[in-house]
Amino acid sequence: MLKQHVPRRGNSFTRQNSNLDSSLSTAVTVTTTETFLSIPKSTASIFWTFLHTACCIGSLIFGFRFSRVAFFLLFSSSLSSITPILHHTADVFLPTLSSANHTAVPGSRVVVGRHGIRIRPWPHPNPAEVMTAHAIIDRVQKEQRLQYGVRNPRSVIAITPTYVRTFQTLHLTGLMHSLMLLPYNLTWVVVEAGGVSNETKQLLERTGFLNTIHIGIDDEMPVEWEGRHRLEVKMRFKGLREVRERRLDGIVVFADDSNMHSMEMFDEIQKVNWFGALSVGILAQTGKSNSMLQRGEKNEPEKGNHPVPVQGPACNSSQRLVGWHTFNNLPYAGQSAILVGDDATVLPTNLEWSGFVLNSRLVWKDFKDKPEWVRDLDEIEKNGDQFGNPLVLVKDSSFVEPLGNCGRKVMLWWLRVEARSDSKFPPGWVIDPPLEVVVPARHTPWPIRVPGNLSAKLSSSVSSGFARAKRIKGRSSRSRRASRRRKHGSHSIQRNPNEK
Amino acid sequence: MKPWVRVSSFLLVSLLVSGIGGADGVHQPQPTERISGSAGDVLEDDPVGRLKVFVYELPSKYNKRILQKDPRCLNHMFAAEIFMHKFLLSSPVRTLNPEEADWFYTPAYTTCHLTKSGLPLPFKSPRMMRSAILLISSKWPYWNRTEGADHFFVVPHDFGACFHYQEEKAIERGILPLLQRATLVQTFGQQNHVCLKEGSINIPPYAPQQKMQDHLISPDTPRSIFVYFRGLFYDMSNDPEGGYYARGARASVWENFKDNPLFDISTEHPSTYYEDMQRAIFCLCPLGWAPWSPRLVEGVIFGCIPVIIADDIVLPFADAIPWEEIGVFVAEKDVPKLDTILTSISPEVVLRKQRLLANPSMKQAMLFPQPAQPGDAFHQILNGLARKLPHNKNKVYLKPGEKTLNWTAGPVVDLKPW
Repeated sequence: MLKQHVPRRGNSFTRQNSNLDSSLSTAVTVTTTETFLSIPKSTASIFWTFLHTACCIGSLIFGFRFSRVAFFLLFSSSLSSITPILHHTADVFLPTLSSANHTAVPGSRVVVGRHGIRIRPWPHPNPAEVMTAHAIIDRVQKEQRLQYGVRNPRSVIAITPTYVRTFQTLHLTGLMHSLMLLPYNLTWVVVEAGGVSNETKQLLERTGFLNTIHIGIDDEMPVEWEGRHRLEVKMRFKGLREVRERRLDGIVVFADDSNMHSMEMFDEIQKVNWFGALSVGILAQTGKSNSMLQRGEKNEPEKGNHPVPVQGPACNSSQRLVGWHTFNNLPYAGQSAILVGDDATVLPTNLEWSGFVLNSRLVWKDFKDKPEWVRDLDEIEKNGDQFGNPLVLVKDSSFVEPLGNCGRKVMLWWLRVEARSDSKFPPGWVIDPPLEVVVPARHTPWPIRVPGNLSAKLSSSVSSGFARAKRIKGRSSRSRRASRRRKHGSHSIQRNPNEK
Repeated sequence: MKPWVRVSSFLLVSLLVSGIGGADGVHQPQPTERISGSAGDVLEDDPVGRLKVFVYELPSKYNKRILQKDPRCLNHMFAAEIFMHKFLLSSPVRTLNPEEADWFYTPAYTTCHLTKSGLPLPFKSPRMMRSAILLISSKWPYWNRTEGADHFFVVPHDFGACFHYQEEKAIERGILPLLQRATLVQTFGQQNHVCLKEGSINIPPYAPQQKMQDHLISPDTPRSIFVYFRGLFYDMSNDPEGGYYARGARASVWENFKDNPLFDISTEHPSTYYEDMQRAIFCLCPLGWAPWSPRLVEGVIFGCIPVIIADDIVLPFADAIPWEEIGVFVAEKDVPKLDTILTSISPEVVLRKQRLLANPSMKQAMLFPQPAQPGDAFHQILNGLARKLPHNKNKVYLKPGEKTLNWTAGPVVDLKPW
């Protein structure tokens, strides 16, 4: 039983006093403050006062209730087991007390009373065990997929238009990693503007196991966004032709390299029969404030106040496709980016290709069971219709299947972030040979205006960034080769003329 | 065809069928495993026809009026006593003829005196129970015939018929002396404990079935949480230092694993508690002030493997459900090694436990649905009672003149009339 001593005086010793557990059940007289403050009358009280003071000081030094252990060890008679684990905060491990209300029934190991809190010497995760736990989680999830997931997964055919530019590595690596995570068989058709290049080839080799078809188209990618959208459509059709020629079987996804795909999207598209449509979230890049974005979502009254406009199928309450949500261009009229790399909002087309998926058999030649509401690729290209929106592939758009809970779930985000078309970057993003320029690192966050082709931000950030990296490596070995600086004009980085 | 050919072909076919059916169930649409209890598949037994129960008609001050005064009793975890009464009133095992009854039920809602915050106060319960027994013993001859040995009572409180929430006080009081010979249906179970007498039937605490059904998520949501727990680690109001509450086990869990990424443990009350349990592989069910908790029921319903940290606990329907194969038992002294123990379980064992948990008869046995359904907890209680039949003539029925109950035993305050 716990008895609480009411503190008589409010000084620091009373706290310890009142907490002393008299379930120690022996003849320990707990000194109260009054005893402490009053004049000691006998040797016994002097002794107890002294002992109490010693224990208090000891507790202050050691940081735990030292007095308890001392009293217990001195006076208690029955001890079960003492395990001296001392935690550096106030949790002292005490042996299980046999209090006055002992309940040890013969045969029972469990006693009532205050038990210690067992803490192991190093209470932190063990990395090997964490790995084993993840293996268990993996196995459980695999089993879940087997039971509840897709029964007969079809392979995925991803068509990606790309071209060599500064941000290609950034975008393509992101897409590559998403595709590498898929549990489905994948064929990746990469169509490149400007012909097949070594840069892209090296990048694609990093996947290792992906079944990649790398084809090129001779046209160079234009500098304006308008032209770029058109060429991308042409490249996608080239990809579709590839599917057609090789008679690839699966589900065709238009995976643009700068888009963001969630894994759930690939699970969802397995449900498509012939032609499906997904909702695409538009992350229109803007240098302006967010107010522009919020005004841009006017076409989604029922979706509530979310700042990201969404393109995709619109359904009525009986889950039937009734129309399309498209992107409202009006708020951005006159302020959108024209050239790739412009510091302005990049607008998507009305309906992005990436929001549509189709069964690859729809583009096969001479496929008997093709539904009659599908147009043939040859016919579309002959008329030059392909530059409309993706619904040009079908004659009757009511046959399009809305996916993702009828378009309510957004599993795919459209984004276009590009550096200026004339920006330079080291080939393969390998700086070889290493830089020898030593530039004082800039401590100011604002850019220093310099003349030259490059925009000020780009040059200063690039040069200061590299200069910082250079500093870390150490200057000594490089300064000797300062004379060779000028000879290495083939460095792909344009240097700031103000550099020393 | 010759008869022996027919017989042997039949045997062959039946062997094949049983061989396929006994496989690990991966090829079936819902891969679950049949639970074979110690006495065969007793979970699916039907008690109707195996026993007869007579329900005493007590005045409404023992049941209806108490419930009217505080309808919160229908939703808390001790609501089993009320629902059991409702179930028995309309069940086919009920008989209106007490002469042919095997078991007698007394509907006294002893756990329905609630504080403002909803916790039951047990101080009046012994008096109420005593008063009910006095009534039935004077009005009907069946109590005196056996001194209660063929009567059963539902006592779902913390420590059962010891009628106290504090363990030390409960042990001091012991089981109400008048209930010495009766069968107790209770949630508390700990081996070699004063408050668990031999022959008791252990039941799960009441969990709101409708509420849990409303929070079911789709089963293809991947289980990504390794260990999940929400609840107190230190009971600040009653035991701020720790060490008393949960015998220090919960505090130990916190101190050892608070920074472990595999353990999603905290004292929050999230609104997505049920959904989170369905995304977890293991759910901790440590003891609190009493060893039992509704977490076990929740874990079974949501398919989360219960990790039971309570020494010597007796789990519900332990004679019908093989808990060792379904849950993981961790001794309180092994709590610092909990992560080692859980990660050392092989994935096959984990999958097997999940399959056993997915068995619908397992989930059904833990619930008290309204109206009652076959295989639910009500039926398991009746199964348990049926398994105790036939009554041992010598032990149950008293010889004339033999009296063993002491009607004045127990604390004086309990002897006051209610």
